[in-house]
Amino acid sequence: MKLFTIFKDIVRNTFSKPYTRNYPTEIRPSFEGERGKLIIEGEKCIYCGICARKCPSNALVVTKKPDQSWQFERYRCILCAACVEACPKKCLHMVSRLDERG
Amino acid sequence: MSMVIPFGPQHPVLPEPIQLRLSLQEERVTSALPVLGYIHRGLEKLAEEKDFQQDAYLVERVCGICSFIHSMCYCQGIEELMDLKVPPRAQYLRVVWSELHRMHSHLLATGLLADAFGFENLFMQLWRTREHVMDAMEYTTGARIMLGSCCIGGVRKDINEEQKKFVLDKLNTVEKDLKVLLPVLLEDYSVKKRLVGIGMLDQLTARERGAVGPTARGSGLAMDHRMTGYCAYGELGFEPVVENGCDSYARTQVRAGELLQSIDLVRRALDRLPDSELKVPFKGNPPAGEVVIRAEQPRGEVFYFLKSSGKDKLDRLRVRTPTFANLSPLLAMLTGCTLPDVAVIILSVDPCVSCTER
Repeated sequence: MKLFTIFKDIVRNTFSKPYTRNYPTEIRPSFEGERGKLIIEGEKCIYCGICARKCPSNALVVTKKPDQSWQFERYRCILCAACVEACPKKCLHMVSRLDERG
Repeated sequence: MSMVIPFGPQHPVLPEPIQLRLSLQEERVTSALPVLGYIHRGLEKLAEEKDFQQDAYLVERVCGICSFIHSMCYCQGIEELMDLKVPPRAQYLRVVWSELHRMHSHLLATGLLADAFGFENLFMQLWRTREHVMDAMEYTTGARIMLGSCCIGGVRKDINEEQKKFVLDKLNTVEKDLKVLLPVLLEDYSVKKRLVGIGMLDQLTARERGAVGPTARGSGLAMDHRMTGYCAYGELGFEPVVENGCDSYARTQVRAGELLQSIDLVRRALDRLPDSELKVPFKGNPPAGEVVIRAEQPRGEVFYFLKSSGKDKLDRLRVRTPTFANLSPLLAMLTGCTLPDVAVIILSVDPCVSCTER
């Protein structure tokens, strides 16, 4: 019969520094290649619409005529990066959620 | 005096909404009736609206815990339909991510079980360990849970040397943590009091009622789809973890054993990672036909039925998730137990209700 098996761990945790962060003031840096949000380099876009066809959640709407437009509904995006892979001009990018662009 | 108590859909121990109507005779449960349908999202119907490549992302969202294995199973089905041969490196990478998913799922499940029997400290320690596994997944794929790294014909992401080292470091940390935590989970007097002999499911009932995953393996049934050697499991040498206790403790033992086994499998897979392409190119839509494909999830065997008529959209996609198979054995376990043990028994089968209702 074993009792107080976690006692050693409690002692270790009591005398070690806190494992958690003070979140709003101290933010964990994100990993390289994190899929946090989608951004576009508008000047490179040729409005071909491949990204909109590949998007599984219909978050993108691209029109060529009469006006060229690329619309993106951020709340529908599931951050799968299917559009980024499909883009022939490589103008779409997935960046970290902490990135200031977009 | 007999009465009926509705257990759920909102209950402190239940991670997801499911109702169990418990008929009680004094403190003992005489029968239990599950009421499902609180989180039905119609994903199977939605899959018929999207094209077959988009479905790979959609089926990943059937479950928030074993998401990668869902998309992997679906992709294997389409690959079988289109007769594609997945490159060896992709097979090994699929094993790596599947096993990382299994580890985080088992840590989550055992943590919730610890919470259910009132061991808050153990619960938080196990979830702290789980963060290391999540970090490994985030660094290798770019997301913590919805990896999105599986696609038809292979995988979308590669693991480079730096990432490999990071994953191995994280595995060492997890192993070190588990050396402290697993003895607490498996040997502590108070934990054993809550688990041993609770929720008995004998081998015959488990087989008759179609139990899968750790529920079946805790009852002495060596049933694990990984034994068939799909992906690279055949080359990595896989042996199932089986316990004969038939109770909640045995199921916990199976999960603990599988945690250590998964660490071992990821290490071996990363060590032997062959050099090859990541995916095979393909053209056109899947040909007309039907396919049934299975894979082993942390909770047991998942089953996909895909029917195509040669168009870009599938005619039918059907998912049978492991928790659905484990519901009937759960009702057998609940019959005859006392009311305070109900929470422990439910969490010992590790229910994933949003999986079940899709």
